[in-house]
Amino acid sequence: MHGFANPARFLRIARWLTPALVLSGLAVAALALAYGLFAAPAERLQGETVRILFVHVPTVWLGMAGWTTIAVASFVELVWRHPLAGIAARAAAVPGAAFTAMGLLTGSIWGRPAWGAWWVWDGRLTSFLVLLFLYFGYIGLADSIDREGGSSRIPAIFGLVGAVNIPIIHFSVTWWNSLHQPPSLTTSGSSMAPEFLWGLLAAALGFSLLFGGVVLARMRALLAGIQAEARLRRKALEA
Amino acid sequence: MREAFDQWNYVVAAYAVTIAGTLLLVAWSWLAMRAAERRREQGRGR
Repeated sequence: MHGFANPARFLRIARWLTPALVLSGLAVAALALAYGLFAAPAERLQGETVRILFVHVPTVWLGMAGWTTIAVASFVELVWRHPLAGIAARAAAVPGAAFTAMGLLTGSIWGRPAWGAWWVWDGRLTSFLVLLFLYFGYIGLADSIDREGGSSRIPAIFGLVGAVNIPIIHFSVTWWNSLHQPPSLTTSGSSMAPEFLWGLLAAALGFSLLFGGVVLARMRALLAGIQAEARLRRKALEA
Repeated sequence: MREAFDQWNYVVAAYAVTIAGTLLLVAWSWLAMRAAERRREQGRGR
């Protein structure tokens, strides 16, 4: 793993991996969404609205996966001082926030026909809204440190502390009374019918590939900015 | 029939939010990457 912390080696791999992830993600996600819209059956109780499953669940998973990426990368940055770990954490923040916002919006759209309400202040929805605010805090903190200067360890510590919210989101539906249904997919199996399960897994794979491609693209952009700035500084010192 | 039509409105709205949001995110990140790498290469050339 330490070998990949070398920016030159990372760039050699990322140059072909970024378009590969984006293109395969677009293809898989498009097929899965077409299945969700046109081929998946309506459900006995929820009717046609069950199709929202194929966009809501992957966006929620990726909202949580984004912060998990920030937490793991922050840990690696704090412990091993890998130069790319901090960049990876920062690169995951905007896509994580975007998928969290999409998860909240699609959940709200699903909530109206399913529960009769756009929003309820229950444990799952509230803890997921907190996740969006944590993303805003992290992005603001990391940007202000870039502009004003300061230790990159501050957003890393924030990323680690914020990870406390991830198990709270996951277990919120079992810890508290909730309108939200309990998890259908667990390590012990699935309570979901196969015609929904396989489409959902395909959608999750497609959006995950896209998420990976976007994180790599943002890492490359951040790295290019750092390298350009370092060159300018070197030239200013030589002049 | 009317109820089924209303349900499709919610489905289309959810898919539109996700597809538009994801495509915007991918396009923005890709263009930002290309612009940053172009700036770096231009700096090397000077």
